[in-house]
Amino acid sequence: MKHLLSTRDLDRATAIGILDVAEDMAKTADREVRKLPALRGKTVVNLFFEDSTRTRLSFESAAKRLSADVITFSAKGSSVSKGESLKDTAQTLAAMGADAIVVRHHNSGAAHQLAHAGWVDAAIINAGDGTHEHPTQALLDAYTIRDRRFVDSARGRDLSGLRVTIVGDILHSRVARSNVWLLTTLGAEVHLVAPRTLLPHGVEHWPVAVHEHLDDALAAGPDAIMMLRIQSERMREAYFPSTHEFAREWGLTAERLALLGPDTMVMHPGPMNRGLEISSAAADSDRSTVLAQVTNGVSIRMAVLYLLVAGTSGIAESAGGAR
Amino acid sequence: MTTLLIRGAALLGDHVEDLRIRDGIIAARGALSPETDERVIDARGLIGLPGLVDLHTHLREPGGEASETVLTGTRAAAAGGFTTVHAMANTSPVADTAGIVEQVQRLGERHGYATVRPIGAVTLGLAGQQLAEIGAMARSTARVRVFSDDGHCVHDPLLMRRALEYVSTFDGVIAQHAQEPRLTEGAQMNEGVLSGELGLGGWPAVAEEAIIARDVLLAEHVGARLHVCHLSTAGSVDVVRWAKARGISVTAEVTPHHLLLTEELARGYDARFKVNPPLRRDDDVHALRAALADGTIDIIATDHAPHPTEAKECTWAEAAFGMVGLESALSVVQQAVVDTGMLTWGDIARVLSSAPAEIGRVAGYAHPLEIGSPANITLVDPSHAREWSTADLRGRSVNSPYLGRALPGRVVYTVYQGVVTVDDGALVEPEAVVAAHEEAARG
Repeated sequence: MKHLLSTRDLDRATAIGILDVAEDMAKTADREVRKLPALRGKTVVNLFFEDSTRTRLSFESAAKRLSADVITFSAKGSSVSKGESLKDTAQTLAAMGADAIVVRHHNSGAAHQLAHAGWVDAAIINAGDGTHEHPTQALLDAYTIRDRRFVDSARGRDLSGLRVTIVGDILHSRVARSNVWLLTTLGAEVHLVAPRTLLPHGVEHWPVAVHEHLDDALAAGPDAIMMLRIQSERMREAYFPSTHEFAREWGLTAERLALLGPDTMVMHPGPMNRGLEISSAAADSDRSTVLAQVTNGVSIRMAVLYLLVAGTSGIAESAGGAR
Repeated sequence: MTTLLIRGAALLGDHVEDLRIRDGIIAARGALSPETDERVIDARGLIGLPGLVDLHTHLREPGGEASETVLTGTRAAAAGGFTTVHAMANTSPVADTAGIVEQVQRLGERHGYATVRPIGAVTLGLAGQQLAEIGAMARSTARVRVFSDDGHCVHDPLLMRRALEYVSTFDGVIAQHAQEPRLTEGAQMNEGVLSGELGLGGWPAVAEEAIIARDVLLAEHVGARLHVCHLSTAGSVDVVRWAKARGISVTAEVTPHHLLLTEELARGYDARFKVNPPLRRDDDVHALRAALADGTIDIIATDHAPHPTEAKECTWAEAAFGMVGLESALSVVQQAVVDTGMLTWGDIARVLSSAPAEIGRVAGYAHPLEIGSPANITLVDPSHAREWSTADLRGRSVNSPYLGRALPGRVVYTVYQGVVTVDDGALVEPEAVVAAHEEAARG
């Protein structure tokens, strides 16, 4: 595999391989000198058509720890806002010698097009495309669940037997899509919770259990509960009547937090709307993995960059995957 | 006096007879011997069809000359075997006045590749607010009979009712682009399991079916004639079937691409497959074919929609809707419904020529290949096979969904008003076409 576009394309062995490399990368963070020489002389371009400070910083940090040269290109105030196309922008950056392009775009399929339209040669890493996928987020979530649950015996394992419940705006969430494919590939049982308006058409064909009420899902005893950011403008588009009602029906309130089992993780990809989808009690509890997710995000992105850019082999070969 | 003898074609795919063309008219039919100085076309092995009539073509002129003009569009039409095209109103300026429709009609006459019948806008500027000058367009030299806001739905029910009533005053028909606008905000592809997976906004079937259901009831209530553009779902077929059984005056069209392609093609995010209405499920494709075979759907129309390269070389959501289709139409139809045994070539003559001409009130197509009819003739080699490429496209744009796909059949000759516009598979050059028409006019 030359690119990372979607978790749907990852088989179990490849996915576990990435998590294991990320574990190695995490260990380097404890060293006195954190920097690895793996990508010395390589150029990683962060191409961000959509604002996302935390994802951009995470990729920058990962690339720098691997000693890559990093160019960050944000669309705002650039030639893109003057009407330059994705194709021209990508070709311009490729002409500057990019070995990998990390792309975040507001439209679904942008990363897929960069990888397959024949415009550029570089390895493409999808850092979130529209409402399609956000594969490194799912990888870091899987890593976080595995690490938190299995600690020292995590290496080489999948997530068999674990139940992960994803709550909120599934319809518009690339995080949810990437997690559904990856977590099920890793053997986890995935539950989705949302009002019918925020579930994708055809979700009954997804490999998941669907609940319309959060309390039903909590009763099933999740090992991890992942709260998605809800955007308040959805209210104006008639997906739900009010933020108050959403918080009451689908928010992780302090009362619901108290119902969770002692080991249930509370996850959130950030940025959080405290008081809407997640209460401060939940966000700040010792069950919360929110900050661990940020830390693990750097390790995962180091692993992906390393596997795609270092040497000539792609993810599957380096990680011992089957395809 | 020059005449043309077409020898040995299987007329309507059926019996082999020769045709003699004189003064732009089919003058004789049967077993004919060449006359002195007569041009003879050896059409043995070819199917003889009447010139095809497209009720739904975007020629883009005026305003969109970067993607197509009346000249390039009618050349593409001739290459596809069409001798009449209906030019949609969504030009810039919009075809909502007599002046614009007369200009478009005159451009067609000047170039001589096909009859260009302008379609008038239903509402001023396609804005859906007030009626365009329908009477003026109907009485103009363009004699407009088909009115459409295509690209936009006439969604205001009161305005649609008035439009149906008003155009019937002029023997006109409303060709409705059935798309409920609120249900399709942000719509990018067919709504279903795949749209959910790809994260592309869904275009639900109900957004088409609900408008068709409303419109057939309106047409019944006011006793007017309704035409449904590019019907694309199995549910729409059911609604039209029900309306026809009830005696409502409704006709329906399907595009070649909706007869062959499915939403699965969206998987690679290649915007060549982005079209409105979107490509649907396999079940819909089969329902559309069956409806065409049983007469529920009356005609095939191309919805030829040229776009410049940059409008397709971008992300799916940014890309324009539409695909070119004039050149490939007959091949696609052959693959979808002729080679599958669902329609005969005689049926094809009906759904691609006489029936659309009847809906558009175009004279000269009621008696295909009969003596006395205008000599609009298409000769097809159904045994030809090729991989479709940009070399097969003769318009100004290359946004074809068939590039790289194997398609059967080839238009070998097109004769328009007695003038050969496609000769042994090659388009005749513009000067030669104009000269041939002038010579014919001198007699």
